[in-house]
Amino acid sequence: MALIQFTNKGIFCKQGDFYIDPWRPVDKAIITHGHADHARWGNKYYLCHHLTKPILTTRYGIENEIQTLGYGEEITINGVKISLHPAGHVIGSAQIRLEYKGEIVVVSGDYKTENDGISTAFEPVKCHTFVSESTFGLPIYKWDAQQIIFNQMEQWIASNHSKNKTSVLVAYSLGKAQRLITNLKTSYPIFVHQTIQNLNDAFAESGVKLPETIKITADIKKDELQKGIVIVPPALADSRWVKNLVNPATGVCSGWMAVRAGRRWRSADAGFALSDHADWDGLLSAIKATEAEKVMVTHGSTAVFSRYLNEIGISAEEVKTQYGDEEEAEDKVEEEQIKTIEAS
Amino acid sequence: MKRFAQLIQELELSNKTTDKMEALVNYFNEANPLDKPYVIALFTGKRPKRPITTTLIKQWAIELSNIPEWLFTESYHSVGDLSETIALVLPPAAHAVEKPLHQWISELANLQSQTDEQKKAYILTAWNSLATQERFIFNKLISGNFRIGVSNKMLVNAIAKQSGNDTNKIMHSIMGKWQPNQISYEELTSGSHVNTDNSWPYPFCLAYALDNEPEQLGDTNLWQAEWKWDGIRGQIVKRNGELFIWSRGEELVTEQFPELHFLKDELPDGTVLDGEILAVKNGMVLPFSTLQQRLNRKTINKSQLDGAPIGFYSYDILEHQTIDIRNEPLSNRRALLEKLITSLSTKQIVLLSPTIKFNSWNELATIRETAREINSEGIMLKHQDSIFHAGRKRGDWWKWKINPYTVDTVMIYAQKGSGRRANFYTDYTFAVRDGDKLITIAKAYSGLTDKEIKEVNSFVNKNAIEKFGPVRTVKPELVFEIAFEGIAESKRHKAGLALRFPRIARWRKDKKADEINTLDDLRLLLNANS
Repeated sequence: MALIQFTNKGIFCKQGDFYIDPWRPVDKAIITHGHADHARWGNKYYLCHHLTKPILTTRYGIENEIQTLGYGEEITINGVKISLHPAGHVIGSAQIRLEYKGEIVVVSGDYKTENDGISTAFEPVKCHTFVSESTFGLPIYKWDAQQIIFNQMEQWIASNHSKNKTSVLVAYSLGKAQRLITNLKTSYPIFVHQTIQNLNDAFAESGVKLPETIKITADIKKDELQKGIVIVPPALADSRWVKNLVNPATGVCSGWMAVRAGRRWRSADAGFALSDHADWDGLLSAIKATEAEKVMVTHGSTAVFSRYLNEIGISAEEVKTQYGDEEEAEDKVEEEQIKTIEAS
Repeated sequence: MKRFAQLIQELELSNKTTDKMEALVNYFNEANPLDKPYVIALFTGKRPKRPITTTLIKQWAIELSNIPEWLFTESYHSVGDLSETIALVLPPAAHAVEKPLHQWISELANLQSQTDEQKKAYILTAWNSLATQERFIFNKLISGNFRIGVSNKMLVNAIAKQSGNDTNKIMHSIMGKWQPNQISYEELTSGSHVNTDNSWPYPFCLAYALDNEPEQLGDTNLWQAEWKWDGIRGQIVKRNGELFIWSRGEELVTEQFPELHFLKDELPDGTVLDGEILAVKNGMVLPFSTLQQRLNRKTINKSQLDGAPIGFYSYDILEHQTIDIRNEPLSNRRALLEKLITSLSTKQIVLLSPTIKFNSWNELATIRETAREINSEGIMLKHQDSIFHAGRKRGDWWKWKINPYTVDTVMIYAQKGSGRRANFYTDYTFAVRDGDKLITIAKAYSGLTDKEIKEVNSFVNKNAIEKFGPVRTVKPELVFEIAFEGIAESKRHKAGLALRFPRIARWRKDKKADEINTLDDLRLLLNANS
């Protein structure tokens, strides 16, 4: 019997009687990373990386039901050996390696192959079956090295300052925000929305070193914000609060910005193609490095990407999951948190 | 080229007219002087002959990027633009070359006479020396097709701001005949190659939608009622033996409508008419869809002239015997207009837009309901004493449109949009019930907010049943109210009828798929109208 099955609740390991990233509540869930389309509320037991725990606690108030592991650590559940390996997607993101009677399956969740300096760098894991995303599984997606993008971002910020504009960077509170904070080399103070600061605080408590940021409060004057850099989650990108800043210029940070249609879709003043997902070449090199006999493509350009893999001699199939609504799911979580913050 | 690439990026990213204007003005201040006339030519659709076919360009791109053709096609569906797809799939450039825009364009023009092998060598070298954004521009230069949301009007406003010349002068000048390699930016913007003095139009007077009961307007005798026509608002200018036709966008469209050129001989000098360009046959107005076949064409063939003949329904006269009479009361202007139009010897092409006689607002309301029968979209109400205002002003002119028809439908197909919306399912096909089957009746892609589009998009992702290329069949679950302006029999559509100007009126989240309208409902409407 196969070690994993795709059921209506999520990826199920029958031999171990647990799920990976289930989208309906289950007894035992192993979580690849903290984004809302992978980590959901309501499971009785969670297993995840040490650094995914603060995310679950901050976002869902889950605390006691969580067991954590470091990268490379192993535990066994019902005879299935389980270990976590860096996926390089966001802080705490992990590929889940399962081993049972010599068969090895790796469920990678979301991943990127470039070292972003904050999420532990991706490491390929040899396996028989590899479960892969394909969010950017088209040859039109080829990322520039992040240093190039951060240089462009810094120039854009400097130019905004000279024109008395407020630089507003739009980035997910989990992942992209920490990546920006860590990599932007500027002398300007960085102001972040509370949803971001909450996560930053939780990460700091868990020992992650992040440069200092200032939580945006009603006390901070707009002139001060204009002199710094403002980071908000996408749910606030078109908000009245942003519109009321001093000459706001919004810069959206997302892989979709690589294509003009993506840039124009968001009403942004600048688009930076900075992604936490692997690009076309990244996906291909990651998959080849696993030496997997079989690849299961879970979300993104599943049909196209699996067809291409088969054509180049890698056996692949697409599977239907409820992942890949990262944008929508994250938007929802962030919107709810913003509501809670505004209500209090 | 870098400066031009920057301009394109700025224009594409900004949603505000002021930002686009600023980007254009800065460009015309800073750019290489020899590039500027080329940019004006590109933006106004003066495109050079394609030096290389799309097929060849695509073939070379596929070859160079080492991907199968189907994968290139899938990429194209996702990007929505061929030039951009090619720019993205090619391997990164090996080195950087900077040449001014005009040089690239003339090098491309020189390829015309070369062999395919020489062309290929040139294109491959160029691709290998340009960054993604410049490569995209370069590909656009080959196709000559720049659509970046800059209207002629906006371009002219920017040039006016930059050069200090008058906008109408510039419009006339750039719509004239000139070659970008033979004219300087200064000559072009000052209009030294054309006589711009004759062409000046007046600003159009525009109406607000009637937002109260018409009774509020008071005495019916004070108001002139006319049909509201659904065509292209236009102004016809005849001065010193020259004829100019301006559209509402204040663009010169004289060449597009040869049917009206007889006015050059028949209108007295110093005459300016306001009216509507419509498809007209035997003095009767044809549907807008017929007129549409004639719009935005550089050349018109005989079958288009025969199939969609043009006419002009005149509303007003703004200049009479060289005198600006816009401040005369409407009743006086109308009298002059009637005299002038009836004196034309060519009949049935330029007509008076008829006024409607009515004794009470109730009577007019009843008449208004018949608007669709003559392809009108309602009624215009103009105060008898009104002057011809410049632009929109409340109070004197009102448009009183008929309400659109509506039908409740269910979405059954979705397709990704192009351009701005290429990552989202934005083009939907809707069906009504026909017995126990669903039958498609309309395709629509507008009327939803960005947020709703995202919601529909994620529904499509989760509920796609089948794929046909870029089209997805989806579970018939989402109900939309479709508004439309008319209904006609159609052999081309499976349902046997076609809706005119269908668009999404609203998403009926309160309705289930079994509550939608039936094909019989629409047939009843069709029969009632014919």
